[in-house]
Amino acid sequence: MFKFLFERDTWQEVFDSLSKNKLRSILTMVGVWWGILLLIALLGSARGLENSFNRLFGSFATNSVFIWGQSTSKPFKGFQEGKRVRLSLTDAKKIEENIEGIEFVIPRNQNQALVVRRELSGTFGINGDYPLLDKVQKVNLMHGRFINQNDIDNNKKVAVISESIYKQVFEKDEEAIGELIQINGMNFMVIGLFEDSNINMGPRTEIHIPFTTFQQIYNQGDQIGWMMITGKPEYDIRQIEEDSKLMLKNLNKIHPKDKRAFGSFNLGNEFAKMTGFLTGMQFLTWFVGIATLIAGVFAIGNILLITVKERTKEIGVRRALGATPFEIKRQIVVEAVSLTLIAGFFGIISGGWILIALDSAFGQGDDATIVNASVSIAVVFVAVVILVILGTLIGLIPAFKATSIKPIEALREE
Amino acid sequence: MLTIKKLHKSYPIGDRSLHVLKGIDLSVEEGEMVAIMGSSGSGKSTLLNIIGMLDEADEGEYILDGVTIKNLTEKKAAIYRNKFLGFIFQSFNLINYKTAQENVSLPLYYQGLKRKERQEKSLFHLEKVGLRDWADHHPSELSGGQKQRVAIARALAANPKLLLADEPTGALDTKTSYDIMAFLQQLNDEGKTLLIVTHEEDIANMCKRIVRLKDGVIMEDVKVDQVRAEQYV
Repeated sequence: MFKFLFERDTWQEVFDSLSKNKLRSILTMVGVWWGILLLIALLGSARGLENSFNRLFGSFATNSVFIWGQSTSKPFKGFQEGKRVRLSLTDAKKIEENIEGIEFVIPRNQNQALVVRRELSGTFGINGDYPLLDKVQKVNLMHGRFINQNDIDNNKKVAVISESIYKQVFEKDEEAIGELIQINGMNFMVIGLFEDSNINMGPRTEIHIPFTTFQQIYNQGDQIGWMMITGKPEYDIRQIEEDSKLMLKNLNKIHPKDKRAFGSFNLGNEFAKMTGFLTGMQFLTWFVGIATLIAGVFAIGNILLITVKERTKEIGVRRALGATPFEIKRQIVVEAVSLTLIAGFFGIISGGWILIALDSAFGQGDDATIVNASVSIAVVFVAVVILVILGTLIGLIPAFKATSIKPIEALREE
Repeated sequence: MLTIKKLHKSYPIGDRSLHVLKGIDLSVEEGEMVAIMGSSGSGKSTLLNIIGMLDEADEGEYILDGVTIKNLTEKKAAIYRNKFLGFIFQSFNLINYKTAQENVSLPLYYQGLKRKERQEKSLFHLEKVGLRDWADHHPSELSGGQKQRVAIARALAANPKLLLADEPTGALDTKTSYDIMAFLQQLNDEGKTLLIVTHEEDIANMCKRIVRLKDGVIMEDVKVDQVRAEQYV
């Protein structure tokens, strides 16, 4: 039945009748071309946004929440409201041991420090960190290493500094690793250099030093600034946040319903919102693209219908010469599908060009908003299949119209 | 080869119907060249359309080459048309975006012949009508007489049993008309059966038999001495 698709004559007929009226054929194809171009360009851009989003958040464990202490808003167990809440290492340990679904609990401390090297100096944010931090908030090291357990155990005076500090207190092209810098008057050895991140969770970090060293030099004791909690992938981070807060309230003698005692930032939550937004955008893209496609295909059907009317006589002649109604219908459907496919093909190509243009305009550099805007082969394939189906369906209308006219009526028309 | 008995045909016009053919009896033998004459409205074109299976009779019998033509599906009709009949129209009805050769090939295409075979056959028939050199020209580049010759070649291509011509010279000047008639006579000499609808006496007299229609009935059916068209060319 489909043998005709491989016969030169079939295509000769299609080519003849389409090229007979080039302008009309081209105008007809514009609708479909535009639809598929939009679909490809929109899907590619949506993908590009998603990619840039993923790249931005890629260095963070997204299933995580940050918790810090604030002030109580309810009196409880003899304490007045307004009590200052400070988290401690013990809290962190308890949470890690008792809350279900926890992967890591990472305590952090933060302060400001004056950094001096020879005659150059500056004030920067300094953090006391555990090696684990690198696991949940990737530190992009350019040189050297991050803090290790040995540094923690021995309260070593070592520092991992950011590129921007390097630029401020070191000469150009100077070797930083192994050099000494003064932090609040104490000598620290630089062991690593990391790339500035585009996005910061919490205060800006420019220097990482071992947590224990931080405790010592700032005389922090057991207290911590905040903690990062990451959940195992299969657990809901919102539940973990709630559980942790409740436990912290319990440990710190705070009213269980006190909403202001702890501040938190649930990255998992924000991430889910963004992901939902992106999914919505993808859906919208498909919707708009396919709706435009359908409009385009209808344009083809419409034009073919007009064409059929114009070709009534030709169709009559063909039938007088022995063309069966099926052969006539087939011819028109093949024309419709060819038109949609050719238009679709050009649409895919020009959609690709748009993506290339977008990529060169917005896709370069670290702060690119659209990263690797592209569509997968599968999407293109689906689009082509949709085109073929729509083309066939829309071709059937003029095809039936064509064969519903009796040959005698067709020939009588002068 | 062709037998028609008590053929009736009416067309609805508004809520009344127009009785066009009122019991036609006609039989044509192989090798005949019959002119069907009549003023407009006499039903001659309707008769030809029914014979050509482009239209169907309401009543009566139609037997073509031993096959009763009745209640045909469109598909069957298409196949019979292709096998039995060759059409020649007043307005030629060539497909104008196809070359002369492609036009002649068309019935062969619907016969399912291979491309090569079609090419050979169509060239052969173009040769026969004397337009071999015009094979690659489009209808717009041909004169009226040439167009009709291409149409005749197309009608002949499928090697039909019966050639049906509806006013074949209606759109041509006298000289070209005789030219075409000479050619049709030549085909008849070779044994083809022809049925020609016309309203011109001189054209009718170039056939071997004249059937006159008036108001849907046959008034007269006579054999005539054929006037050869060559003498006028």
